[in-house]
Amino acid sequence: MSATRPDPDRLLADITAEKRRAARGKLKIFFGACPGVGKTYAMLQALEQLRSEGKRVLVGVAETHGRSETARLLQDLPQLPLREVEYRGRTLREFDLDAALAASPDLIAVDELAHSNIEGSRHRKRWQDVEELLAAGTDVHSTLNVQHLESLNDVVGRITGVHVRETVPDHVFDQADDVVVVDLPADELLKRLAEGKVYLPDAAQRAREHFFRKGNLIALRELALRRAADRVDAQMNDYRRTRAIEAVWPARERLLVGLAGTDDDERLVRDAARLARKLEADWIAAHVDVTQERRGKHARGRIARTLELAASLGAETATLPGTDVADALVACARARNVNRLLLGHKPRSPWRFWHRSIADRIGRRHPDLDLIVIAPGARQRAPQIPRERGAPRIKWLPYLWSTLACFAATAVASVLLRVFDLANVVMLFLLTVVLVALRLGRGPGAWAAFLAVACFDFFFVPPKLSMSVGDTQYIFTFVLMLGVALITGQLTARLRHEARVAAARERRAVMLARLSRELAGALVTEQIAEIALRDFGSGFHAKMALALPDAQDRVRAVAHNTIEIDESIAQWVYDHAQAAGAGTGTLSAAKARYIPLKAPMRVRGVLALEFDSAEPLREPEEQRLLEACCGQLALALERVHYVEVAQNTLVQIEGERMRNTLLSAMSHDLRTPLTTILGAAQAANAQLGDHAVAPLLGSIIEQAQAMLRLIENLLDMARLQSRGVELNRQWQSLEEIVGSALRELREPLRAHPLKVDVPPNLPLLEVDALLIERVLVNLLENAAKHTPAGTPIDVRARNESGNVVIEIDDAGPGLPNIAPEKLFDPFERGHKESSVAGIGLGLALARRIIEAHGGKIEARPRSPRGASFIVTLPAPAQPQLEIA
Amino acid sequence: MITAGMSARILLVEDDANIRRFVRAALQDEGFEVFEAETCKRALIEASTRQPDLAIVDLGLPDDDGKQFIARVRGWSALPVVVLSAREREEEKVAALDAGADDYLVKPFGVPELLARVRAQLRRRAQVDASSGSSTIVFGDIAVDLATHEVRRRGEIVHLTPIEFRLLAALIRGHGRVLTHRQLLHEVWGPGYVERAHYLRVHMANLRHKLEDDPAQPQHLVTELQVGYRLTGL
Repeated sequence: MSATRPDPDRLLADITAEKRRAARGKLKIFFGACPGVGKTYAMLQALEQLRSEGKRVLVGVAETHGRSETARLLQDLPQLPLREVEYRGRTLREFDLDAALAASPDLIAVDELAHSNIEGSRHRKRWQDVEELLAAGTDVHSTLNVQHLESLNDVVGRITGVHVRETVPDHVFDQADDVVVVDLPADELLKRLAEGKVYLPDAAQRAREHFFRKGNLIALRELALRRAADRVDAQMNDYRRTRAIEAVWPARERLLVGLAGTDDDERLVRDAARLARKLEADWIAAHVDVTQERRGKHARGRIARTLELAASLGAETATLPGTDVADALVACARARNVNRLLLGHKPRSPWRFWHRSIADRIGRRHPDLDLIVIAPGARQRAPQIPRERGAPRIKWLPYLWSTLACFAATAVASVLLRVFDLANVVMLFLLTVVLVALRLGRGPGAWAAFLAVACFDFFFVPPKLSMSVGDTQYIFTFVLMLGVALITGQLTARLRHEARVAAARERRAVMLARLSRELAGALVTEQIAEIALRDFGSGFHAKMALALPDAQDRVRAVAHNTIEIDESIAQWVYDHAQAAGAGTGTLSAAKARYIPLKAPMRVRGVLALEFDSAEPLREPEEQRLLEACCGQLALALERVHYVEVAQNTLVQIEGERMRNTLLSAMSHDLRTPLTTILGAAQAANAQLGDHAVAPLLGSIIEQAQAMLRLIENLLDMARLQSRGVELNRQWQSLEEIVGSALRELREPLRAHPLKVDVPPNLPLLEVDALLIERVLVNLLENAAKHTPAGTPIDVRARNESGNVVIEIDDAGPGLPNIAPEKLFDPFERGHKESSVAGIGLGLALARRIIEAHGGKIEARPRSPRGASFIVTLPAPAQPQLEIA
Repeated sequence: MITAGMSARILLVEDDANIRRFVRAALQDEGFEVFEAETCKRALIEASTRQPDLAIVDLGLPDDDGKQFIARVRGWSALPVVVLSAREREEEKVAALDAGADDYLVKPFGVPELLARVRAQLRRRAQVDASSGSSTIVFGDIAVDLATHEVRRRGEIVHLTPIEFRLLAALIRGHGRVLTHRQLLHEVWGPGYVERAHYLRVHMANLRHKLEDDPAQPQHLVTELQVGYRLTGL
């Protein structure tokens, strides 16, 4: 039975994905085969429909292309003004992301998902803007043509002969919540085109005869429909998985694509992506970094770009170390349980006829692996990348040294020739070549080989001091000598290169080890910042700065060496947990690169690096080293954070315990004597009757009662001040609380006519009844105390938009002449040194209690006279009552 | 048991000598006969030998909890018990009432308040003994016929729902005792409802609006916040 159950891990992943989706906005894509089918029109129509249903909709950007129907539709919709950007002396207009985020409508229309933003915008691509809008919870409608889909980009290019540079990664399309295919048959479209209903800008006129051919249109339409159908298929499978409808859970296929670092790689990756989607397979794009092969910066950059492309198409990417491409690929395939291997076809080089292709070798040695060899594409003229400025400048100095070494060898040989035979002296030249190759590298080594042969010929082979050779025997010697010299030179040069690679690896390993050792010893954030500053600067040849969040999640630069950190970028990086700045797709105009420090729990800070070189981290290893170092840093920050949290908690617990002990001791030790004083005085008073001492006892009783109230207020205040105070919240009826407060204050209120209006239909409140009673008692007592006898006091309650408002009005002298909110500060008293008892703790306590309940309290003067205190308490959703 | 001219006997269980002194003075001044006990053990002995008409019990006793005393005494006697408790000991007070105490006073308490409660409890006791025959209970201008379920206010019939009547009847049976939320919920709704205090709030509010002149300042259906309700004026 177990076979029929869906994999719990996958289900869990689906649930988390669903949760994430719920908080995100929804993306709806209007998808078409080519321009002119009416995507924008359909999008705006949908928007109009939703607007009439009462949604707050906004047009972020819409291209009418001069079509009158679309423009008419657009007139009625609220539009976001475009942002004007100065770019190379021209004013361009661009979608305003920040304004869109600030407006936060329910739904925003953003036309042309594949659009590339003007340089200097936050994101390079519009789909990244859309991602940010979705993350902020706004629904987005957008449009897309099939040719702009990353994986189909080159297919469309081959069909139509027109290549577009603006692409959208497939995952954006696949993860869209809704895709609407806007379809128009080819004939219809051509008719519209002929009638001039579809207007094309001048630039597109040239492409027109290529693009809008009937055959093309049919092919594109089919492509679009099929791609949309694929997406529906995938959704169906998702649905099946979550509902466990059928037990179709085959082991997942896994593809491995080997990248050779040639121009064909990009096509190979796209083909692999398509195949992987068809097979519903996971796929891995791998490049074997052969240690002996030295690649130029250009080649390395191309590989990095291809791997990036593969990652954007959903692949897992890897750079495999190894000396043999075939072995490394097979090892990876075995380790990752790959059943199909994709390779590009590499035509055999006429120079290395003995060399078998990698596919050939793998096929012979591992017949169990499925091999797919992709034919080379029609040689597209790859855009000629201009020679990198100043890249392969030949260094002359080693050649000079090499020449000098040969001359020195010649001089020594001429001396040795007196003693030794010519055949032995040749060995000296060989030694020289080996040494030169070892010290100075491959080029000078080869130069030395030729020069040594020339010198030997010129100075020692008869006829001497001439390049001509008398004995043909020496020709053989020359060839042999040249051969040996070149081979040893090559070997030693390779050795040198490997040693350098090993040294670089060693350096990286040492750096990582040192960083983690030092970070392990760090106890406070300042130490971590200092370590990071020292190690990152030297390790990556960069200036760096570190920004850490404060308690309000605002990041602040805490440490830097000589670079200015842009805190707004750092904040964005921190909030979105995505890298930004130089060398990334976001805000790439910034001078530094901003990297989020992601720890297991959350982002812990932002690292800003300003690299010394223009193209840093081209080596995948360097990139990985940086990631590892950032990981270490983030972990260290998180560790220190939790150490601090633990320490604070300990201190807090200790403090809390002390406070509670003190409070309970105080409340007992203060109240017990007061109980006796009050009780004894009252008992004595009852016995004395009209005795002359009775008034004295009366004042004892009165003062003891006042003191008691003060103590109650003080203790309540102290209790509420201790953090994490637990309110004893229960469902309460305000009427009962008011009734209880009035009963307690029967005596003091007797002198005032009381009007109470608590309507029966008030909602129940979820409050701590004793504390709310305390608030009402304090307010009513104030009213009774500060107003002349005989003036009325009103208590009114009402339901006001989800809140219960309680108002206590008096007709006394009104509020004292200070700011109304200052009344609620502790020990603030209306009339200084007045004879009325109490030290203004009552209002402070009232405010604290009401605020702890999430409500508010305010004081207002009444006209013509008097004051009113207004308490607002939130009324939550009412509890269910069963009919018993 | 109490007859005219015969003074009531009161057992005072309290460990603080100062409090004992003035409470005794106040009670004796009213003409009551007072016996004192400092501990729970002593109090049990006094309660069985002196046959008091009422006990005043402090909840914080040195040897045992005052609740224990109440529970033990309730085993063999219905004598009224008034509990003295500290203000912040909410749960303790409610637990004591649940265990069978009849009323409570929060320390520090006023002597007039104490005397009023003692008198009310003694009067209640006398009424319970006397009123076993009649099925009509009168308080204020309200008359309740427990047999016919007829409720009249100033002679006019008041319509109560069955729940409201059961609630009123439970309060009447309590005869001025403080009935805790738990006791009322148990009696009116049943054992499954003892945690749903909001039921009480809603139905008590209805009852107040039907029977009281000013529901915000009730004369009979009195709220003891966080504790329960009592019916006064019987």
